[in-house]
Amino acid sequence: MKSRRAEQLWFWLFTGPALAGFVLFSLWPMLRSLWLSFCQYDVVSAPHFTGLRNYAYLIFSDPAFWPSIKVTLVFAAVQLPLSLAAALGVALLLNQPVRGRGFWRSVYFLPSILPQAASVAVFVYIFQSDGGLLNRVLALAGFTGPAWLGSPAWALPVVIMISLWGFGYPMVIFLGGLQNIPRELYEAAHIDGAGAWARFRHVTLPLLSPVLFFNVVMGVIGALKVFDVAYAFGAAQGLTPGGPARATLFYGLNLYQQAFTYFHMGLASAMAWLLFAVIMLITWLNFRLSRRWVHYGD
Amino acid sequence: MDQPRRSLNLLVVVLLVLGAAVMLLPLAWMVLTSLKTQPEILQSPGPWLPASPQWANYRTVWEGFAFYRFFLNSAFVAAMVIGGTLLTCCPAAYAFAYYDVRHKELLFGALLATLMLPAQVTVIPLFNAYAALHWVNTYLPLVLPAWFGGNIFGIFLLRQFFRTIPRSFIEAARLDGASEWTILWQLVVPMSRPAVLTVLVFTFLWSWNDLFNPLIYLHNESTYTLPMGLLYFIARAEQLAGGGTGQVPWHLVMTLATVMVLPVIVLFAIVQRRFVEGAAASGVKG
Repeated sequence: MKSRRAEQLWFWLFTGPALAGFVLFSLWPMLRSLWLSFCQYDVVSAPHFTGLRNYAYLIFSDPAFWPSIKVTLVFAAVQLPLSLAAALGVALLLNQPVRGRGFWRSVYFLPSILPQAASVAVFVYIFQSDGGLLNRVLALAGFTGPAWLGSPAWALPVVIMISLWGFGYPMVIFLGGLQNIPRELYEAAHIDGAGAWARFRHVTLPLLSPVLFFNVVMGVIGALKVFDVAYAFGAAQGLTPGGPARATLFYGLNLYQQAFTYFHMGLASAMAWLLFAVIMLITWLNFRLSRRWVHYGD
Repeated sequence: MDQPRRSLNLLVVVLLVLGAAVMLLPLAWMVLTSLKTQPEILQSPGPWLPASPQWANYRTVWEGFAFYRFFLNSAFVAAMVIGGTLLTCCPAAYAFAYYDVRHKELLFGALLATLMLPAQVTVIPLFNAYAALHWVNTYLPLVLPAWFGGNIFGIFLLRQFFRTIPRSFIEAARLDGASEWTILWQLVVPMSRPAVLTVLVFTFLWSWNDLFNPLIYLHNESTYTLPMGLLYFIARAEQLAGGGTGQVPWHLVMTLATVMVLPVIVLFAIVQRRFVEGAAASGVKG
């Protein structure tokens, strides 16, 4: 390039749209949302500053706030361990020297990138109590399947089962971690007489812990933001999303309804900032804690 | 040593095949159901396989329920989003990869930090702004961010890849008198074709699969994209196609789902290796 000034010019020209986008679509709305979270705002009239009222209302009086947190936490506590176990299991299989590894990896990854509206519709059909694929397969095995849909007790378990279909992202991250473990370590353990389980327990697991930790953190953040599955699950049954009886009212869905069904935009902004605060806290803990109890193999 | 190795390998393959069958079963059931007739759907228990495949179902949903409208809407939005991403993310990634400007890392860090920002935080002010501009019920809210480098993850991935191109190539082109714009589009981007393609496929998926944003910005059936069109179809199915049966015509719903899923599978089949590696390297969850 001719000069430093030309370089400066090209830099701002090339990054200009992205930097403008940063201000317009991230920074400004973020600050505006923080301000709205301290306001009463129903779109029709101008925002009206009410201090911490929204936050206090959410924590002490709102009938949907804590139930939606409970749904989200139960989902995270059940779905995340199961999907990580599946992801790790398949990653361990794919780490073996089998033929067509790339093909298998793609097959297991595929469900994770399908449009959730479509996959939920397919599963709602599969879970039909009468004539649904699942109950028919159960009947072949001699079991009578329950009425999965329309029951508040089964709704969240069904959403969890649907979400277990896609574990592609943690799977490929596990696989990357497994492939970074030096072969010599396994050979050394083998020579020392370690069996398969001992090798997994004392070589694989410690060296995989940073990856496991990363997957847990991403999984928790993902659970906090669940929206598509929950919304589509209600809509595909002709229910108000979140139903039946708030059994699938995830935090993200509750927030959406506060903002865009009831137009409690100030309240919804407060919910969004609580979510953002928790995400930042988890990310910060991730940096702090991972140094302490994750084995980085040094 | 050889014998146990062999039987272990066999066990691994068997487990992989069984697992893959479970993973693909919902898709197979979707396609099979899409080829059945209404009576086959309503029977209990209905047949496992359609007596004769009803390819006409595809024509029925395509024309009869104006599903082509939703398909074209989705395709239009995806094309506009891909265009914007290509035109604004490539230059940004190039500048962050090669230029030596003060505070460059700080600016890049600020961009990357927005990956942590949940859409729930920004959506309310953005919705209000779009409403004030009378842009609700248009595609602008879905498309515009892409024309302002909205795919930060894409910029990150491209920058990583661009950096592997030797600087000497770029210096040589500069000595030949090529402008920076020319170097970017005729040297750097063609040399990074796999990475660019990967980013564009990620972009396509986000746009094609997106339910959250269309739900907020599109309130008019004729503007719906596929995910909304599908849910809308199910909700109105009894009126539209039930024929007084009071039943959701699941064979047609599965036809729609197949039409929606098919482009994703085809694209994924083309770029799968790169794509999966991109997902693994970044560790970013979609």
